[in-house]
Amino acid sequence: MPFLHAPSRRAMLAGSGALFAWAHMPRLAHAEGRDPRFLTIVLRGALDGLAMVAPVGDPDWIALRGDNALRFDGKVAALKLDSFFALNPAMPNLHRMFQANEAIIVHACATPYRERSHFDGQDLLESGLPQPAPSDSGWLNRALHGLASAGRVDAGERARALGVGPALPLVVRGPAPVLTWSPQNAPPASEDTARRLLDLYQHADVKLANAMEENAKLVAMEHADDVRKAPGNQPRAYFADAAGTAAKFLAQPNGPRIGALALDGWDTHNNEGIAGGRLTQLLGSLDGALAAVKANMGPAWRETVVALVTEFGRTARLNGTDGTDHGTATVALLAGGALKGGRVIADWPGLKAPDLYENRDLKPTTDLRAVLKGVLKDHLRVEDRALAETVFPGSKNVKPVAGLVA
Amino acid sequence: MTPRGKEAAALGLHRFGFGPRLRRDSYSLDAIAADPRGALLADFERPKAGYLSVDLPSSTQAARAVSDFRAEEHAKQKLAQRAAKDANGTAMASSMSDAAHAPASATAGAPQPADNKKPPLPQQIVQNEASVRFDAAVESTVGFVERLVWFWSNHFCISADKDVAMVGAYEREAIRPYVLGRFGDMLAAVESHPGMLFYLDNVHSMGAASIDGINRDKGLNENLAREILELHTLGVRSGYSQADVTSFANVLTGWSWIDPAEPDHGGEFVFNKRLHEPGDQVVLGKTYPDEGAAQGRAVLADLARHQSTAQHIALKLARHFVADDPPPSLVAKLAKTFDSSGGNLKALAKTLVTADESWAPQRKKLRPPSEWIAATLRVAKATPAEPSSLIDLRTPAGDWLNIGRLMNFQVALGQPLWRPPAPNGWPDTEAAWIDGVPRRLGIANEIASRARPEVDPLDLLEASLGPLASAETRQTILRAESRTQAVALLLMTPEFLRT
Repeated sequence: MPFLHAPSRRAMLAGSGALFAWAHMPRLAHAEGRDPRFLTIVLRGALDGLAMVAPVGDPDWIALRGDNALRFDGKVAALKLDSFFALNPAMPNLHRMFQANEAIIVHACATPYRERSHFDGQDLLESGLPQPAPSDSGWLNRALHGLASAGRVDAGERARALGVGPALPLVVRGPAPVLTWSPQNAPPASEDTARRLLDLYQHADVKLANAMEENAKLVAMEHADDVRKAPGNQPRAYFADAAGTAAKFLAQPNGPRIGALALDGWDTHNNEGIAGGRLTQLLGSLDGALAAVKANMGPAWRETVVALVTEFGRTARLNGTDGTDHGTATVALLAGGALKGGRVIADWPGLKAPDLYENRDLKPTTDLRAVLKGVLKDHLRVEDRALAETVFPGSKNVKPVAGLVA
Repeated sequence: MTPRGKEAAALGLHRFGFGPRLRRDSYSLDAIAADPRGALLADFERPKAGYLSVDLPSSTQAARAVSDFRAEEHAKQKLAQRAAKDANGTAMASSMSDAAHAPASATAGAPQPADNKKPPLPQQIVQNEASVRFDAAVESTVGFVERLVWFWSNHFCISADKDVAMVGAYEREAIRPYVLGRFGDMLAAVESHPGMLFYLDNVHSMGAASIDGINRDKGLNENLAREILELHTLGVRSGYSQADVTSFANVLTGWSWIDPAEPDHGGEFVFNKRLHEPGDQVVLGKTYPDEGAAQGRAVLADLARHQSTAQHIALKLARHFVADDPPPSLVAKLAKTFDSSGGNLKALAKTLVTADESWAPQRKKLRPPSEWIAATLRVAKATPAEPSSLIDLRTPAGDWLNIGRLMNFQVALGQPLWRPPAPNGWPDTEAAWIDGVPRRLGIANEIASRARPEVDPLDLLEASLGPLASAETRQTILRAESRTQAVALLLMTPEFLRT
């Protein structure tokens, strides 16, 4: 069977994304006459949910973030979601999806993890286990493993030639066979990585610090006339390429239906900003990625759910360097034409000091597993028992959120 | 104060090797902490230390194969040109009235770029050689002998830019067998190797009074003689004169090779008497009677024993391994050993490792790109192979780090393998490489993005640097936003960049 015509080899090489996808198509959903697509995007580094979706209706909000609080009447006006929540203005595409009932935001949401280590938090987010423990499989893979197959994805020789993949994220590791695609070139090192390195050099090795700083000046000059390639804008191109390429594959008639990719860079300890800060750039990049997914999905968008998840949130208050430190609850985002969207789902915990988790973080009131279980159940037809026992072990008491999918 | 225990183990493996291999074996930091110097010295005692047991063509086989390849390519081009000419002629004959317009098909017969995956034969030969060299470094247990190979190979460098065929085999034939042997033997092997004779233009050098010199009205090329004195043995400004260079060049006339186009012995060393300047020659005040090739061997033997050579080699070795400006006391110790042992390179390396000066806790040497890449690969390879549930599209584990990619890394960082810009080889000081350090970040990130997710970056840090890692460095790794970032940062920490 012909496969993978639309993403030409050139497109694949240009797209710097790495997609990990199930090698089969789900049968049960097929039997219902549906052909669902599901894409999981892991945001590594801990997304500041309050900066992305602000509780502008909370009387304690402005006091909490001061000049950095998103507001409807701010210098940069926030985008209205409902009377209580507003979206960061860096995300107009998501806003349009929300207005078209194609997006759901779940706020004050968290995994069961209550410590603040990125590595452990990411493990738990991806393994689906109730507490940190070594795992060689992820919840998405185990969900697929339980699904009956409606036939193998036809990968074809063309794809084989492209198969040089970086390491699989834990979320797709496990017994279910997985395909991977990735380009020849890995994503460029982020500005954030360079900044951390410069911090270290400035403390430990002046000569190396000077070399980094001189190089940064040169790079800035080199890209003075090419805004797209400027270091600050690299995530924008990379995110859109990665997610957009994934969508091209998922949109194929005989292509994979379920995939995952990871977008890094969310650990915004300083200069988070609401206009022009690092997080604003990242959110804009993510918004571009969502737009690319929708565009490249084509008609398949109406059968699509994209889930964006992160290991934990960030401190409710800003720290001393206009950033936020590791926290607890944050947002989870669902986008796609298959959703009953246009809603913010939140059991709002409040922002007064006693309402915060350990007097520092947004308190989690919705278990992320409940959201994911709701999508896996209603969109992909994963069975309740599998969801409670193997996909998210020990989660019998975490009921799937019903009614997410139209 | 000299570091002890695990700190000394880490310092030793990074300074004299490529860092620990990151396996829980008898070469880990913990395993050698009891006696780091002993572990380094034991690297000499492995059977066939320095040798590579590989089935690759010899330099002369490679030279003939490349010569044949080029001849065939040339013939193909000639045929294509003829075909094009014929087509052109036909077209002109058939449309004389329109002769001003060259037919569009004029280049149709020209060779099309090959669409196969394998590079052309000369590049294949180099890649195969490079591959075994990388493997030897990355898989070495202690790595000290490999580092010595790299040092001597750079000291006696030739360049693939001039002759692509021999450059890899040259290292196996003229360097490796002698890294723990005598300097004089390595010198003799190097200067009589056809790769060196071609690189430094001696193959066509002839005495003015030699048979061919007279018949062809041609004469000396001093390049090899000068570089032997200036770079390989005595060192620049060590007291030799232009007259010494000229005399030595006369001595070396006739040291040549058989044209690689010769089917049976092409590429082999030959002493061609018709090129050799007859008569005695005086070099550095000593008269060497004309005994053919033996005249040159006698000069080389004396150069190998010379005090200036001992000083020159001692300084270079100390600079390479210990510090850009090494302690004079260390240089003196090395020169003394060189002298008293008759240029015994094993004794020399032993002195290097046992001298207290070599264990200074300040780690100021900046790893040049090639060594840094090898060190990063030892970290990358510490992550286990992919599980078998992964199917279809993936190339065999580790294939993304194919040799072409690794060689591109070296090009990107300004140190293309076996292609030094000049006969003095790659520089050995921080100033030459520090500006390029930021460019390493992209490669560190690429390697890190392929590290398996269950690998704990702190474990890698502990196994690679152990006590050498500063508190700031530990914090930087610990606070990284992802494992990928943590591994990339690890490969770029000052402690990993410096030795």
